Amino acid sequence: MAGAFAEAGADLELVDLHKRFPGFTAIEEMNLVIPAGSFFALLGPSGCGKTTTLRLVAGLEEATSGRILIGGKDVTETKPYQRPVNTVFQSYALFPHMSVIDNVAFGLRRRGISDAKGKSHEALALVELDHLSARRPAQLSGGQQQRVALARAIVNRPALLLLDEPLGALDLKLRRQMQLELKSIQDEVGLTFLHVTHDQEEAMTMADTVAVMNKGRIEQLGAPEMLYELPRTAFVANFLGQSNLFTGPVSGTTATSIAVDVEGTRIVVPKARAERHTGTVTVGVRPEKLTLHTEAPEVDSSRNLLGPGRVIDVSFSGVSTQYILAVPGAGTVTVFAQNMGVGPLVADGAEVWVSWSVDHGFGLEDEAPPAPRFDADTDTATIAVQKKRALMSELEEA
Amino acid sequence: MTLQEGAVLADAVTAPKSRRRGRIGRTSWILPSYTTLALVFLLIPIVYTIVFSFNNSIKSNISWRGFTLDKWLNVCSAQNVCQAFGNSLLIGGVATVVATTLGTMIAIALVRYRFRFRAAISLLLFLPMATPEVVLGSGLASEFLGAGVEPGLLTIMIAHIMFCISFVVVTVKARVSSLDPALEEAGRDLYGSPGQVFLRITFPLLLPGIIAAALLSFALSFDDFIITYFNSGSVQTFPTFVYVSAARGIPAEANVIASAVFFIAIVIVITQQLAAAVRRRRLARTA
Ligand SMILES: Nc1ncnc2c1ncn2[C@@H]1O[C@H](COP(=O)(O)OP(=O)(O)OP(=O)(O)O)[C@@H](O)[C@H]1O
Ligand SMILES: [Mg+2]
Repeated sequence: MAGAFAEAGADLELVDLHKRFPGFTAIEEMNLVIPAGSFFALLGPSGCGKTTTLRLVAGLEEATSGRILIGGKDVTETKPYQRPVNTVFQSYALFPHMSVIDNVAFGLRRRGISDAKGKSHEALALVELDHLSARRPAQLSGGQQQRVALARAIVNRPALLLLDEPLGALDLKLRRQMQLELKSIQDEVGLTFLHVTHDQEEAMTMADTVAVMNKGRIEQLGAPEMLYELPRTAFVANFLGQSNLFTGPVSGTTATSIAVDVEGTRIVVPKARAERHTGTVTVGVRPEKLTLHTEAPEVDSSRNLLGPGRVIDVSFSGVSTQYILAVPGAGTVTVFAQNMGVGPLVADGAEVWVSWSVDHGFGLEDEAPPAPRFDADTDTATIAVQKKRALMSELEEA
Repeated sequence: MTLQEGAVLADAVTAPKSRRRGRIGRTSWILPSYTTLALVFLLIPIVYTIVFSFNNSIKSNISWRGFTLDKWLNVCSAQNVCQAFGNSLLIGGVATVVATTLGTMIAIALVRYRFRFRAAISLLLFLPMATPEVVLGSGLASEFLGAGVEPGLLTIMIAHIMFCISFVVVTVKARVSSLDPALEEAGRDLYGSPGQVFLRITFPLLLPGIIAAALLSFALSFDDFIITYFNSGSVQTFPTFVYVSAARGIPAEANVIASAVFFIAIVIVITQQLAAAVRRRRLARTA
C-alpha cells in the first residue's frame, strides 16, 4: 500500500461485527458488504453508532468480535496506519501547530510520496482553499476547517474513504457544491466512499446505497428509491421522510393483497409490498401519495379511503402545503399537496376525506411504536435537540 | 525565586490594559503611594545586591567603599564562588533534564493509560510538593546515611530530581489532558507510525508545557537551599555557599553572580515576549 495511490476503490466487508463499550453495546451485530467504487451512505439518529462503525473500520477502535475485510484482506488485527483508509473526522481534528498546507501534506509525507506539496495544493484548490494554505487551522472558519479536513483525507486517494458528517458545518449552498464535488471526485477516481450523515436528503441524492442505522444495528439497506418506496420498519418509514402508519389485524387475504382492519376501516396493501401477511400488521403510505377530497368520493376498489376527518393544521411551505387531519379511528394523518392552484385546497376545520392508490401502500415488518413520531430533520436546531435529548438520557442513565 | 519573578513579569507584560479609568476622587493619592511603597519595598534588596556588586570591598561587603568593575571582571577570584555556582548549574541542568524526561513520561502515562494504583501514584507524586522541605531533606539524608551513600553531588542531584519530578508531572499533566486524542488518531489514520505520531504531533503540542516544566525545575533546583543543605556533605551549591559565608561576610563576587542571574532571567522573559509578538504579527500578515 505504502508509496502509491490506490488505483481503485476496495470493497469493505463487515462480518458479525460487535462493539461493546464498558456497560454499553454500541454495535449489536453488523454484517455489511460495500462493493468497490460505490458511494455508501450510513444514515441514522444521533448516538446510533455511526461514528463507532467508522472508527472500527479505520482501526481506531478495537472490535469486540467479528471481522473487517478491506479489498478481501482481513484487517481486523492491523494498525490504523497500515490500513488503506482515510477518515474525515466529525470534529475535523486538524493539527493546530501546522499550517493548512502541512496538514494536508501530512499523509503524503508519511508515505514518502513525491511532490507532496504540489499534490496538497491541488487538493486544496479542489476545496477552493488554496489561497489560505499558509494559515493555521485556528484562523479558519468552521466550514473552511471542514474543507481542509476533507482535502487532507482525499489527497491520499485511499481505497476507502470514511466521511463522518463531512459537510455538517457548511451552509446550504456550499453544502450542495461540496456534495457535487465529492460525487465527482468519487466518480473520477472510483474510490469507495463510506459517508455518514444525519441529512437524509444528502444520503438519498449522493449515495448508490443507503443503510439506515438504529441503536447499533442496520435496520434496512438498499438503493435510496427502494428504501423510500418500501420501508421495512416503522423506524425507517419515519426516519427517511414521513409516513402515515395504521395498525390493525389482517381481516382478509386475496391472491395478491391483504386487507387490514383499522378500527372499522379497510386498508388494502399488495402482498408484494407487505412484509407480513397475517396477524396484526402496520401499514403505511407517504403523505404526498394522498389525495384530499372535500366530499365523500365514490367507492373504488383500487383505492383506500379514510374519512371523514377534520383539518387541524395547514402549513404552507412554498412548493407544497402540509395538512394535518384528525381522522376518527385512524389518528392524525399528514397530507402533502402540491401547490398547483392558488391558495390552500381546504381551510382549517374543514371536513375532508383522503384516498390513495392501493399500489402506494406498504406493510411493515414491525408495529408502529406508540412513541411520538421521529422526524428526521437536517437543520441544526433539530440536531441540537437530538443531541440534548441523547445527553439528557445519558445523564439519567448515569 | 527567579521563576516566580519571571512569571510575575510575564503576567505584567501580557495582562490586558484596562480601558476603563475610574473617577479620580479625593483619596486618589492612597493607591499610588501604597503601590510605590510596595514596589520600593520589594525592589530594595535587589537594587542593594546589584549596587554592592560594584563595591570595592576588601573582605566583607557591608559598607560602601567606592565603585569598581573589578568584581565583575574577576568573579572567580573569590574563593569557592565560581565552584559553588558551577555546581549549582551542573545540578540544575542534570536535575532538569532527568526530571523533565521522567516527569513527562509519567504525566502521559497517568492521563492516557488505565493501570493499577494510578490514583495512588497521582497522590504520591503530589506529596513532595505538600511536605515541608525540612522533613524531605532530613528524611532523605537519613536514608542516604542508612544506605551508606556518601553525600555529595550525586545525592543532591537525586534529591533535586525527586522534588522536580512532582512539579513536572503536574505541569505536563495539565497539558496532556487538554490535548485532543482525536489529533493523534488523525495522525495514525494518516499513515503515521506511533513513533512519528509522537514526534510530529504529541510532542510539539506538549512542548510549551514541557518547556515551562523544565524552566520551573531549573529554577527550583537552582534556588533550593534546605534539602540541598541536608544532603550536600562537603559540596557547596550557590545558595549553601551564600548561607555559609554570610557569617563571615558575603564576598561581592556573590553579588555579581546574583545580579547576573537576575539580568539573565529578565532578558529571557523579554526575549520571549518579543518573539511571541513577532510571531503574532507574522501570522496576522499571512492571514
Ligand atoms: N468510548 C466510549 N465509551 C462508551 N460509550 C461510547 C464510547 N464511544 C461511543 N459510545 C456510545 O456509543 C454510542 C454510539 O456512538 P457514536 O459516536 O457511534 O454515535 P453516532 O451515531 O456517531 O452519533 P452522532 O450522529 O451524534 O455523531 C453512543 O450512545 C455513545 O454514547
Ligand atoms: Mg458521530
